[in-house]
Amino acid sequence: MNSALIIILGFLLLAVFLGIRSTKGKQMDLEQWTVGGRGFSAIFVFLLMAGEIYTTFSFLGGSGWAYGKGAPALYVLMYICLSYVVSYWLLPVIWRYAKEHKLVSQSDFFVKKYNSPYLGVLVALVGVIGMIPVIVVQLKGLGIIVSQASYGAISMETAVWIGAISLTIYVMLSGVHGSAWTALIKDIVMVVVICFLGIYLPLHYFGGFQPMFEAVHTANPDFLRFPDDGNSVTWVISTVLLLVLGFYMWPQVFSSTYTAKNARVFRKNAIISPLYTLMLLFVFLVGTAAILTVPGLEGEDVDLALIRISMETFDPWVIGIIGGAGLLTALVPGSLLIMSTATLLAKNIYNVFAPKSSQQTIGKLARLLVPVVSLVAVLFTLHGGATLSNIILMGYSLMTQLAPSLFFSLWKGNFVNKYGAGAGIIAGLTVVAYITTTHTTLVDLFPFLPSAWNDVNTGIIALVVNVVVMIVVSLATKRKQG
Amino acid sequence: MKRLYFLTILPFVGMLGFLPLVNRVEPFVLSMPFVMFWIVLWTVLTSIILAVIYKLDPRNKEDEEQ
Repeated sequence: MNSALIIILGFLLLAVFLGIRSTKGKQMDLEQWTVGGRGFSAIFVFLLMAGEIYTTFSFLGGSGWAYGKGAPALYVLMYICLSYVVSYWLLPVIWRYAKEHKLVSQSDFFVKKYNSPYLGVLVALVGVIGMIPVIVVQLKGLGIIVSQASYGAISMETAVWIGAISLTIYVMLSGVHGSAWTALIKDIVMVVVICFLGIYLPLHYFGGFQPMFEAVHTANPDFLRFPDDGNSVTWVISTVLLLVLGFYMWPQVFSSTYTAKNARVFRKNAIISPLYTLMLLFVFLVGTAAILTVPGLEGEDVDLALIRISMETFDPWVIGIIGGAGLLTALVPGSLLIMSTATLLAKNIYNVFAPKSSQQTIGKLARLLVPVVSLVAVLFTLHGGATLSNIILMGYSLMTQLAPSLFFSLWKGNFVNKYGAGAGIIAGLTVVAYITTTHTTLVDLFPFLPSAWNDVNTGIIALVVNVVVMIVVSLATKRKQG
Repeated sequence: MKRLYFLTILPFVGMLGFLPLVNRVEPFVLSMPFVMFWIVLWTVLTSIILAVIYKLDPRNKEDEEQ
């Protein structure tokens, strides 16, 4: 056993221990389990949300993009930062409504607003389909980090199983309380590790930040700006706007707003959170440092940039700490995703078709579904294809389709009804599926547009179709009723 | 309230709206390529703008009294 491995295992045990301990003396009904009895202070809500947003994907994917694509990697920082501006206005409204009506899931929100349990089933299905790939990405990231950091002593497959089993245990026992406590150590460890790597590596290899950027700039003069085609300025603006719209549509993010004890929590957190995104800058610095130091990673392997440059530079015990940090960044979002999936399946799908079940049965079923969801995710992780990043992007496009009917439902003069909302979501999903499978671009559909429009994120087409169908169907069904 | 809505739109305009004009590597500012510096600058300004909105927003005082 090497020292890296011992440190990684230490982190795992600490996470499970904290997770289990966090529920001491609490009666775990569904409301405690999923939304922590709506009693979380600003700091815990902050940590939970940060836990969901800064995942292994930002850790490995962020440095991987900086390594493989350069400046376009900045889109991650941009959309997260701008989403907090939206959160200032949006989250207090969602929270207040959820508290008034004792909601526990995102789908509940649609059920109440549009007075239709079946719309809730649709929203829950969209959520589950969108979330499973994200769980898979967490497990895959965990597998990569742990197997690499243990210098191959633990295979990817074993790492995925160990991670999934630990997750299952503490999610079943302590629900969102466990996630909040693990999120606390996760964020401390992650910030320390990322800042250290982001400062040390450029200084060590290049003698400073500017010399590093200059070296990369000399090697490839177009790398540190947005390119003219592909991930261009048009691409980044349209993508960031779409991602901002979809940001709070993820079921696990949506329902973690329910945990807050008052509305001011969100407005306070909105102030600090953009500064917190600057942590990603250090992730980009690591990826940039790796370009000239560990060249030659291509395709999916760019995600290894961070870990490869670290292994090249440090002793095993440092790699152990990086591996531990990576493990935690997979466990926290993984636990929240699995919990949200299980809650949606039990409460917003099963319960609709078995309306006589008591709330206790639903609560029990939600917990029993946790190992099932984990198992499905493990199987996808171990047998899934290489197109994972495509599925993730599709997941984002799927979630964004919930945005129109959600935003309309917050408007006092909302004329959209359940038929319009349902039809809009289904139309949007169909367009997303069509575009993703056929790789259609905006210029394919509208040949008269200038070619700069080629890079516009095609999610916008689906969104426009969604809104149009939603409005037309709402108006048409209204007349019939009248 | 109008002031608050204006402030809300400001980070979007600043970060995204000017992107075509600032998409360049040189000059380096604070050791960063220019476009990266621009985005970092607006990230910090977003925090400041949100703090100003928070101060001006009458609802935060109401909530305090509750």
